[in-house]
Amino acid sequence: MSEVPAKKKRKFELDPKLAGYKGVWVFVEHEQGQVHPVSWELMGEGRKLADMLGVELAGVVLGAPGEQSRQFCNEAMFHGADLCYLMADDILKDYRNEPFTKGMTDLVNAYQPEILLLGATTQGRDLAGSVATTLQTGLTADCTALTIDPDNRSMAATRPTFGGSLLCTIVTLNYRPQMATVRSRVMAMTERDASRSGRVIEHPLGMIESSIITKVLEYIPDAMQDKPQLAFADIIVSGGRGMKKPENFQLIWDLAKVLGAEVGASRPVVQAGWVDLERQVGQSGKTVRPKLYIAAGISGAIQHRVGMDASDCIIAINNDPNAPIFDYATYGIVGNAMTILPALTEAFRQKLAAVKKAG
Amino acid sequence: MHIVVCIKQVPDSAQIRVHPVTNTIMRQGVPAIINPYDLFALEEALRLKDKYGGTVTVITMGPPQAEAALRKALSFGADDAILITDRAFAGADTLATSFALASAIRQIQKNMPVDMVFTGKQTIDGDTAQVGPGVAKRLDMQLLTYVSKIVSVKAEASEIVVERRAEGGVQLLKTSLPCLVTVLEGNNQMRFASMPNMFRAARHPLKVWDKDAAGIEDITKIGLKGSPTVVSKVFAPTPKSERAEMIEVESGDPRDVAITVLSKMFTRFPVVEKEIAKRA
Ligand SMILES: Cc1cc2nc3c(=O)[nH]c(=O)nc-3n(C[C@H](O)[C@H](O)[C@H](O)COP(=O)(O)OP(=O)(O)OC[C@H]3O[C@@H](n4cnc5c(N)ncnc54)[C@H](O)[C@@H]3O)c2cc1C
Ligand SMILES: Nc1ncnc2c1ncn2[C@@H]1O[C@H](COP(=O)(O)O)[C@@H](O)[C@H]1O
Repeated sequence: MSEVPAKKKRKFELDPKLAGYKGVWVFVEHEQGQVHPVSWELMGEGRKLADMLGVELAGVVLGAPGEQSRQFCNEAMFHGADLCYLMADDILKDYRNEPFTKGMTDLVNAYQPEILLLGATTQGRDLAGSVATTLQTGLTADCTALTIDPDNRSMAATRPTFGGSLLCTIVTLNYRPQMATVRSRVMAMTERDASRSGRVIEHPLGMIESSIITKVLEYIPDAMQDKPQLAFADIIVSGGRGMKKPENFQLIWDLAKVLGAEVGASRPVVQAGWVDLERQVGQSGKTVRPKLYIAAGISGAIQHRVGMDASDCIIAINNDPNAPIFDYATYGIVGNAMTILPALTEAFRQKLAAVKKAG
Repeated sequence: MHIVVCIKQVPDSAQIRVHPVTNTIMRQGVPAIINPYDLFALEEALRLKDKYGGTVTVITMGPPQAEAALRKALSFGADDAILITDRAFAGADTLATSFALASAIRQIQKNMPVDMVFTGKQTIDGDTAQVGPGVAKRLDMQLLTYVSKIVSVKAEASEIVVERRAEGGVQLLKTSLPCLVTVLEGNNQMRFASMPNMFRAARHPLKVWDKDAAGIEDITKIGLKGSPTVVSKVFAPTPKSERAEMIEVESGDPRDVAITVLSKMFTRFPVVEKEIAKRA
């Protein structure tokens, strides 16, 4: 992102050499046999862009030969792709920068997409930065909205800037493909439609293992049981600095327990060590989109907001009627979190008891 | 062992305010700091130097004021510092930035081979995590991103083993030097500057390189010209069309407030009611 604003809009002509670049691609990221959900979220976004442009949407799968990679291609169609590019080679079994960069770069050069989207994950960012540099094209990181500028048919990518205080829209005019990454849970999940199908185009990697310098010695999976699954939680109860003391934070855990919810937190709470970094919601933490987000003692700074304002319903508890969180919450309660939280916990408990009784 | 650490001077974005009327950034009085993520990279480099010996060179591309960031890095224990500064760099995006940094590193290599280049995970102003991978590609170095731990370095065998954060776990990777490592935050803590290092930092003859000194001939690759991405618009997040519905109950009894908010919510959001009912 360059920091100098563009001049006034002038008439734009795409370099004729680039006119052959057509179609929208989504990188289908997988690790240990699992496609990362961000790929399907992007497929939904990609579908919209492709329809606006009147072009095809393609998935891109790089993986080991065999049933699994084929299945990933099918899944790409189920989630909206018209076709899928498949590069199957044993070298691509685990993610490594060098072969994946070559694979993706070769595919782009061979089939020339105008837009390439990747998840802003550790894998997607590693690959995106390398591919964009190799292809010498523009890459916009961590976008929160993507659309097509009708004036010049180029992708307008919006992302937070200056620590989230502002948003900026970035375009890549005379370079192709236009690349962007998007964080997990920023875009809505697409519907899966198993009746969809499409063609698969295979392309060889053309590398030999002995030429690749980096080797994966081992993959140590995270212990899933004790890792909070904040990003995919349907209900989240979050606390902020307004909870005052770590002991008071127990009120957050109590409500979460009754609701079967995950616990989230604002940054100061994480920095004070009251809860794990994994639970931070916001710009430098997780993006979440639960059905219900309860925020207690959180002022609602923009850096927190960008991580949670896609929640369906937000209940905010804050003793300051002017707290920014009331500008975007669904329901606002002005009051002391220490008394409101236990009352909410009790009300939800009664609700659950009533549901149980009704069978 | 020679490690080059790329650091960037950034405005302390915790202190940036947006003008409420004009929606512009109010930079006045906002202190400039070393990008916090880069301190993890620098500390990791200093630890390798403590362990294996060698040299740590810090570089930054930025305006002349960025000298302060380099002097700070010297006070922590870096051996040498280079400020890469030229008007022609203005307006650089990540592609142009990585080009300039890579050219400068090539110049450094002419005097002393570079075994490793370290960068932070990302900056807090650009916030892209793209510059590290970009520099690696341009230097044709092996790229190791999101490194949480350097397990071993065998300089004679030019071999390094690291732990890299992946999405659902950790990859244990082995590769050859020279390589570029982007260091994950939180696995070390920057040491305090020692008195002798503070004195040395104040007196150290800083190298200042313009584009020629950095070995850049093709000026279409740097600054605004070398940047494919263009900012077309900067704006403040739109306030939601409606403010929160405020729940107020005459008696002010928290129980009444709780019951009111639940009943309103279940009426308007049946999905939430269903979600909660699932847990009964
Ligand atoms: C680069 C950058 C990245 C950042 N990333 C994140 C991020 O990912 N996530 C994040 O959350 N922040 C992030 N921040 C920090 C963010 O700017 C705010 O500082 C932070 O969100 C504030 O947290 P808070 O609301 O808990 O605390 P405060 O702003 O201190 O708010 C506490 C609130 O509690 C209320 N309160 C006090 N007592 C009570 C009571 N008894 N009952 C009810 N309410 C009470 C107060 O009225 C106040 O509104 C980031 C900042 C920067 C610069
Ligand atoms: N202008 C710069 N000078 C030196 N290093 C930089 C510069 N910009 C970025 N870097 C390095 O690249 C990393 C990633 O930056 P970014 O891609 O902006 O998030 C940072 O943590 C720094 O180590």
